[in-house]
Amino acid sequence: MAIELDNVSLRVGAETHIYETSLSLEPGQFNILLGTTLSGKTSLMRLMAGLEKPSSGRLLVNDQDVTGIPVQKRSVAMVYQAFINYPSFSVYDNIASPLRVAGLPRNEIDEKVRSFAELLKLTPMLDRLPNELSGGQQQRTALARALVKGAELVLLDEPLANLDYKLREELRDELPKMFADTGATVVYATSEPLEALMLGGYTATINEGRVIQFGQTSTIYRNPDSLTSARVFSDPPVNVASIDKRGGTAYLSDSVSWTVPARLAEMPDGSYTIGVRPHHLSPQGAGVEVSGEVQIAEISGSESIIRVIVEGNNWVSETHGIHSYEFGQSASFFFNSSRCLYFDVNEQLIETQG
Amino acid sequence: MNRKWVVPTLYILFLMLPIYGLLSMSFKTTNEILGGFSFFPQQFTLANYIKIFTDPTWYNGYINSLIYVVINTLISVSVALPAAYAFSRYRFLGDKHLFFWLLTNRMAPPAVFALPFFQLYSAIELFDTHLAVALAHCLFNIPLAVWILEGFMSGIPKELDETAYLDGYSFPRFFVRIFIPTIAAGIGVTMFFCFMYSWVELLLAKTLTSVSAKPIAATMTRTASTSGYELGLLAAAGSLTIIPGAFVIYFVRNYIAKGFALGRV
Repeated sequence: MAIELDNVSLRVGAETHIYETSLSLEPGQFNILLGTTLSGKTSLMRLMAGLEKPSSGRLLVNDQDVTGIPVQKRSVAMVYQAFINYPSFSVYDNIASPLRVAGLPRNEIDEKVRSFAELLKLTPMLDRLPNELSGGQQQRTALARALVKGAELVLLDEPLANLDYKLREELRDELPKMFADTGATVVYATSEPLEALMLGGYTATINEGRVIQFGQTSTIYRNPDSLTSARVFSDPPVNVASIDKRGGTAYLSDSVSWTVPARLAEMPDGSYTIGVRPHHLSPQGAGVEVSGEVQIAEISGSESIIRVIVEGNNWVSETHGIHSYEFGQSASFFFNSSRCLYFDVNEQLIETQG
Repeated sequence: MNRKWVVPTLYILFLMLPIYGLLSMSFKTTNEILGGFSFFPQQFTLANYIKIFTDPTWYNGYINSLIYVVINTLISVSVALPAAYAFSRYRFLGDKHLFFWLLTNRMAPPAVFALPFFQLYSAIELFDTHLAVALAHCLFNIPLAVWILEGFMSGIPKELDETAYLDGYSFPRFFVRIFIPTIAAGIGVTMFFCFMYSWVELLLAKTLTSVSAKPIAATMTRTASTSGYELGLLAAAGSLTIIPGAFVIYFVRNYIAKGFALGRV
């Protein structure tokens, strides 16, 4: 179903959890809410579900105003980060419960429960209680309950955050496929930029109760429209520095300068901000050379994460291969000046051409 | 050498000593008890127990006590369930203060309430009924039950409620079908404490009854009757009062520690 937030805000007491937000999700679309903890992802989801009443604005489902309609009457399913199942029901009864409330005939319920249990590999556990299952199986049960209902809007609030690495990878692969067949509009909250990239679909970057940017995940990643959006959608954090543009040249410092790309050349002289993604900053190669003082070099798998101070800014380089550095060692790093992000004084992106 | 058993054994020994004393007295005649101390009954007799089980003034005491204790436990738990749910799930003006001050009724000795209750119940003709005692005990047991149940309910994430609503459950259906089974252990512990407090409470039960609802505790604590001292009989009655408590403890033994761990008892 199409769901639209129309200038929705949420205030709790004196605090504003969600500032006026408008967001429109197309039917059958896989949407990701990306933001740090407490950025308002969960609040947004609760507003969409109808668990929270907006302080202002309207919620439209298929162009119908549903603000204030109780959750029982909406076609919504939700899966939480903590594995929520009915502890006194067996796995079978857990999955069957929304169907039983809806009053479906017994044989139809049985058929649906068994097919979804099969899909989520829960068939051997149907008679067990949720507490007798592993975390992954508990979350699968919760997912099965959300799926079996055939809800038109499925809200997944960091469903994989409490699972161990292997299970998370496995479920992350399966999740979009499972929901693709149901035609449901899915909203998936996560705090991990990499997870958002892997899931694809559409992404809304969220920061401090505001939706910063919404669009196709890959577009948002490549062209964040503001510095905040870039910061939200980068892990390790995007490297930021202010530059001075004079004529056709950008100066990071007196000694580091480069010719600005066309899109910036048209802009007036003055102060700008650049953002360099950590994997665009590498210890070898060509491009703009900066030197910095290495703080620490961490190895993560076949990648090295090198933290370095460049012109007084804390920067990170994420690079292939294993590189070792001493603390305080000075080293040169390179980045491609046309691939980095340029922001104006208001931290808005200066658009890439084409 | 393993001496881990020493301390627990001594502990249990000291704990059981008074109970053993009571049990052993209950198998003695009153004359033997008054005659001097002996560790085992010299003239073993079941007469005391026979008397209790055959004389209605004795066994009715047990029946009366059980009736008002059961009524009280049912009232307390059924009233406390929605109250505890409200305290654990909703924020309202003065909720924390109200929750704390629930316990004020437990801060005053029951004697304080005996007189007003006596007058009130006499006026509305509740005096000397089981309901009178059951209602009077609610004064202590409902706050206690709310306090214990709130602890158990707050251990259940609010998301459970929301999931149920999203699944289409109405509030009453959710509460009965999902929530109550989820906190069954807590309800068991609560019932146990209501049962025990009501079972052992003497003063109100004694004041608010005379004949037809007279509790065993009142019968048991009269030291002398027309036939003089009956210490053997009293000991037998005392031994029997332990049984219901032990019986209830057996059913909630696995959950009672959790009740204590929640700091609510």
